[in-house]
Amino acid sequence: MSWTEIGPLADIPSKGSRVLETPDGDVAIFRTAGDDVFALYDQCPHKKGPLSQGIVYDKRVACPLHNWVIDMESGEATGPDKGCTRTFETKVENGVVYISL
Amino acid sequence: MKEKLVLIGNGMAGVRTLEELLKLAPEKYDITVFGDEPYGNYNRIMLSPVLAGEKTIDEIMINDMQWYDDNNITLHAGKKVTKIDRVKRQVIAEDGTVEPYDRLLLATGSRPFMLPVPGADLPGVISFRDIKDVDTMLATSKSHKKAVVIGGGLLGLEAANGLMIQGMDVTVVHISDILMNMQLDKQASDLMIEELKAKGLNFLMNHATESLSGDGRVEKIHFKDGSEVEADLVVMAVGIRPNIELAQSAGIHCERGIVVDDTMQTFDPTIYSVGECVQHRNQTFGLVAPLFEQAKVCANHLAKMGIARYISSVTSTKLKVTGIDLFSAGDFNGDDETEDLVFKDAARHVYKKLVIKNDKLIGAVLYGDTVDGTWYFQLLRDGTDVSDIREKMLFGQHHLGDSGHGAANSTDNLPDDAEICGCNGVCKGDITKAIAEHSLFTLDEVKAHTKASASCGSCTGLVEQILASALGTDFNDTPSKKALCGCTDLSHDEVKNAIKTQELKSIPDLFTALDWKNPDGCHSCRPALNYYMLSTWPNEYVDDPQSRFINERAHANIQKDGTYSVVPRIWGGVTNPNELRAIADISDKYNVPTVKITGGQRIDLLGVKKDDLPKMWADLSEAGFVSGHAYGKSLRTVKTCVGSEWCRFGTQDSTGLGIKTEKMTWGSWTPHKFKIAVSGCPRNCAEATIKDFGIVCVDSGYELHVGGNGGIKVRATDFLCKVATEEEALEYCAAFMQLYREEGHYLERTAPWIERVGLKHVQALVVEDEANRKLLAERFYDSQKNAQNDPWAEHAAKYKENYIPIKQVS
Repeated sequence: MSWTEIGPLADIPSKGSRVLETPDGDVAIFRTAGDDVFALYDQCPHKKGPLSQGIVYDKRVACPLHNWVIDMESGEATGPDKGCTRTFETKVENGVVYISL
Repeated sequence: MKEKLVLIGNGMAGVRTLEELLKLAPEKYDITVFGDEPYGNYNRIMLSPVLAGEKTIDEIMINDMQWYDDNNITLHAGKKVTKIDRVKRQVIAEDGTVEPYDRLLLATGSRPFMLPVPGADLPGVISFRDIKDVDTMLATSKSHKKAVVIGGGLLGLEAANGLMIQGMDVTVVHISDILMNMQLDKQASDLMIEELKAKGLNFLMNHATESLSGDGRVEKIHFKDGSEVEADLVVMAVGIRPNIELAQSAGIHCERGIVVDDTMQTFDPTIYSVGECVQHRNQTFGLVAPLFEQAKVCANHLAKMGIARYISSVTSTKLKVTGIDLFSAGDFNGDDETEDLVFKDAARHVYKKLVIKNDKLIGAVLYGDTVDGTWYFQLLRDGTDVSDIREKMLFGQHHLGDSGHGAANSTDNLPDDAEICGCNGVCKGDITKAIAEHSLFTLDEVKAHTKASASCGSCTGLVEQILASALGTDFNDTPSKKALCGCTDLSHDEVKNAIKTQELKSIPDLFTALDWKNPDGCHSCRPALNYYMLSTWPNEYVDDPQSRFINERAHANIQKDGTYSVVPRIWGGVTNPNELRAIADISDKYNVPTVKITGGQRIDLLGVKKDDLPKMWADLSEAGFVSGHAYGKSLRTVKTCVGSEWCRFGTQDSTGLGIKTEKMTWGSWTPHKFKIAVSGCPRNCAEATIKDFGIVCVDSGYELHVGGNGGIKVRATDFLCKVATEEEALEYCAAFMQLYREEGHYLERTAPWIERVGLKHVQALVVEDEANRKLLAERFYDSQKNAQNDPWAEHAAKYKENYIPIKQVS
């Protein structure tokens, strides 16, 4: 598995996210209240809303466009909504966040 | 080793508790279920459509045998439990099956009350309770002709209707002169009798049964007045009694039902109970919605989360009996001190009665047209002063404003492809299908599955009607208290109160103090709490951007493609060539694809990339602009007309007053967006009478109007009062806004807020009480000290990194 360095964990707001630009599209990097880091393709499975702009709680993010709630671990929509967003593996070492693209 | 949970009673309340439990703690228990009937769990209230031939038994199954397998639940279907041994903690069934338990859940339901009259045990005398009864009725309808139903309540009428559809000649016998006397008054009952007679049912009102007779099978019913009627089949539907024999035999404390506390625990701490068999705070239950609430609470305690309490509450009932829509709530019979508002149109089969006491609605009966039931119940629950809407309220909420979204008042005659929810494009057929497929019972479930009424909410009444129709005789209860969100059982007002009285000054503190169910809250409560904190502690609270919706976090409006729109503030809608030139130059510089004049007299720059926002703001700041807050739950714009400065009809300087008003109010956070307008004369070119706060200038001063809305439901303002000077107009504006900030629920516009609290209340605090007005205005000015910093300049200078990617990889 090859890891790409993203940057310091401190640069991502707690219960928030930052965007990583890649040639294949934006990836949203989330940081939870418990400092877990998750990465999702920055498109809601519903209408492609930028998940990076949503409200983060627990291990979930609410899409800013129509409030679909996406589970950040699985990328799956929760509740009765059906759809899935691609997830990426991440790790944090010495306060630096890495992603496997 | 997992603990063992045994459920006695395979009905709706018990199995619903298991479903809730499996959601919370799927691995906690080994679960065993005993049920008297040889089936999975079915929807008992759907037995009427089965009797009427509209549905089959398979269609009313909620959980089939496969569900028990899938969830590793052992089901003993058709085995009756005869003994609970509380010392050895085990239950024993008729056939000798023994199951040990660590926790026991009793959901034995109720049994029909059979009149203790001679002949009640004759063949052909049955109740209407389970699949077996329905089978008996269907079989009898093929071989016999005359049916009598004793009891003119909900269940009796459903049975009578079904038997009539099966071809029987049916008579309903009722002890009083009012059908469904728990839900209807005399007038509505008379209408109902008339309508059902026209369908072919016969009625014997005021008839008390003395005995039944027959030779080997029931043949006649004899009444106390000496009369009699022939019958081949007698269905007793005179009421239900909690089924408590098993609990009683085990020594568990019972009165009318099995006595439980607010956690649904019986007097034996290892034994819980839910459903029609329980007695909670001296009340027993027969409707579905309270049972489901109990199931939730019970599951919470079985999962050992230990935070839920069941509070039974005043509910309204909306139901459909034999195809007729009914609604009732509160004290609908009234007494000497109440006044009735009555509407009756017998030809259309519509009857409405509202009972009013001391200017408040205390009860309502609706027959035939129930679309406004929810609204009346809200007025009743909130104790709203209705004196101002009294003239019109009988005609429904639609008639309060000028118009509303959609005009349909009844969903019954609509085809399946009729659009119900215009926001999300949901048709009637989508809703009925989802209700059937997913066994939905509540409005919230329908919202989650279909999105109908999940956006603007104006179709809520229609969706509820469809739900009532689809569920047949099910009751669709509106909870008497609306929780702020799924993370708590507390209402908006209770949470606001706690913030103030317990001096909670941060969201994490509040989560701890009020036992929030989710550690981070959710996307519904966090923005609400952030607002409540901000408005309660304007000088102390540190705003939490992560608890704001993206628009307020990024100080711009997100668009469908993820770009943003930027709206600079244009004071009172007055601009000049220099400002316009600057906007034009900045639009060129950032390649703004669309420049649009807004309805609020400003200019919207659409399609801006997020990384460009801070740069654009820096340029706009330099040109003298500040944020227009077009993205916020805050003051939006102050719309004006040109007034006395130019207009030949203008009576006052409306433009100047508009600018002063905007300078005073900009930057303030409010429960929902807030719009103001100032018109220079009663021709009202600035459309001030559909704004949250509107000023209409007249020759002798300023008329102040409040609570208007031009959106989902057009609502003209209420007239607050008239003042003589600009200074007064400004002070009243500040005081009104502050009252709304303090009393409004998050995401509640001024229009529904005023309808909830009543105009009188607002006038009392803002107009009549001068000292209070000044205090309100003072608190407004005080919170404005911290609010009037331009967020654009601040973010452009300090928080640029929030708007750019953390990194680019190639």
